[in-house]
Amino acid sequence: MVTIMRKIYMDHSAGKPVDNRVLEIMISFFSKKYGNPSSSHSFSDEARKAIDEARTKVAELVGADKKEEIIFTSGGTESNNLAIKGFAYRNKSKGNHVITSSIEHMSVINTVKTLVKQGFEVTYIPVNKHGVVDIQVLEKEITDKTILVSIMYANSEIGTIEPIRVIGEITHSKGVFFHVDAVAAAGQVPINVQDENIDMLSLSSNDIYGPRGVGALYIKAKTPVQPITHGGGQERGLRSGTENLPGIVGLGKAAEIAKKEIKRESVRLARLRDKFIKSVLSNIPVSHLNGHPTERLPDNVNVRFSYIEGESLILSLDMKGVACSSGSACTSKTLEPSHVLLAIGLKHEEAHGSLLFTLGRQSTEEDVKYVQGLLPGVVKRLRKISPLTPKGLIS
Amino acid sequence: MYSEKVLDHFRNPRNMGEIPDADGVGIVGNPVCGDLMNIYIKVKDNRLVDIKFKTFGCGAAIATSSMMTELAKGKTLEEALKITRGDVASNLEGLPPVKMHCSNLATDGLHAAIENYLEKKGRKK
Repeated sequence: MVTIMRKIYMDHSAGKPVDNRVLEIMISFFSKKYGNPSSSHSFSDEARKAIDEARTKVAELVGADKKEEIIFTSGGTESNNLAIKGFAYRNKSKGNHVITSSIEHMSVINTVKTLVKQGFEVTYIPVNKHGVVDIQVLEKEITDKTILVSIMYANSEIGTIEPIRVIGEITHSKGVFFHVDAVAAAGQVPINVQDENIDMLSLSSNDIYGPRGVGALYIKAKTPVQPITHGGGQERGLRSGTENLPGIVGLGKAAEIAKKEIKRESVRLARLRDKFIKSVLSNIPVSHLNGHPTERLPDNVNVRFSYIEGESLILSLDMKGVACSSGSACTSKTLEPSHVLLAIGLKHEEAHGSLLFTLGRQSTEEDVKYVQGLLPGVVKRLRKISPLTPKGLIS
Repeated sequence: MYSEKVLDHFRNPRNMGEIPDADGVGIVGNPVCGDLMNIYIKVKDNRLVDIKFKTFGCGAAIATSSMMTELAKGKTLEEALKITRGDVASNLEGLPPVKMHCSNLATDGLHAAIENYLEKKGRKK
């Protein structure tokens, strides 16, 4: 008898499938509508129009005033690089101090580290045990040398949503510009760059079910930024290079769908998320939630189990068809546990035992029930093998 | 990422558990680094008549512990001390390069358990 193993994907923060509606609209731009928007004939008109439409849709997703405020890039990493380096280089004469948080994505952390080598100063604002940026510290750290504050909208690993509007208010009240990495939040949380005092905002296409290799940076009109990629002067001179036409069209469609479905989908996912978290915490002894209990991305379930290690949890679940992720050192390239889990105050051994499930459009109630049902047994088995497990915990 | 053999030993670890009246115990690794192994041995006539392990760590850490106990069981102390990390890895049909050092601690644990036994025995004399 052949048993077909159920496959359940719960690693959406690492990569998402491209929405079929997005894929469908992209296809003709590979082989039929291939004009270069910089040329001067009807092929280029078609390409220009498609890019304009995509720009409008991305602008609408983030509440931008004008579509020209959207710059297309190769993804979230490039958007963060362009925002931070492009702004810092351009404004060096006004000050050399940049503020960010201790839980940013590596594309922000390693970018500001590069700035430090070039004579800038960087302050990392700490977060509380739920991963919320300490606003009082942030306010105190802003000096007359500070030119830019860069804080993520939400953290993809622990799901915590930051008080962006308030941070934006503080930042603007001191005459400092505000960049937001919204790669994890876009499409999950309604964003309005104007209401939320945001000057620059990064997003990635794949994180909203668009293709990989494309992203966008919102740059509010009159925000002084210089290019970090030089060439033919595309994207208002801020991002040279022939436009990734199919990618941009796909991102546009993904943004349109995200805007239309965000409300219904975020309610649906948040309900699944809460059921999942409740089940884990009540059915597995010595288990904890990582991240904020309520100010949390709808897709994010990050839990930790004492006495066992995350990679062995992933492996156990993978053998049963479930794909998820961990902040354990064993799953990272650097062999260090996640800097985010350490920043919220976890000890190394606690960070090792964390497990991250990120839900998505394809996730169903049955999927969640299946994983909920598997987890207690998987945890119990590994705890039996572990020398750290207290004698009384496993009968 | 892992060979079938590693997955097999991870799924069904051999000689997992503790020996309450062990003749020697070896503890290696550190939970801070993500790997901790306790190795328990029973020695009779200079031979490892029983060996058990408990491991906190990744899949490779558990599989290498299990394989090491299989290789060591029944061996004389001298033979057991000759078992290397490489032996454990090759009997598992290889390990991912990144796991060769951090998780392949089981032979260190075995050696530590034997040393512990020899020390205790020396003290008794």
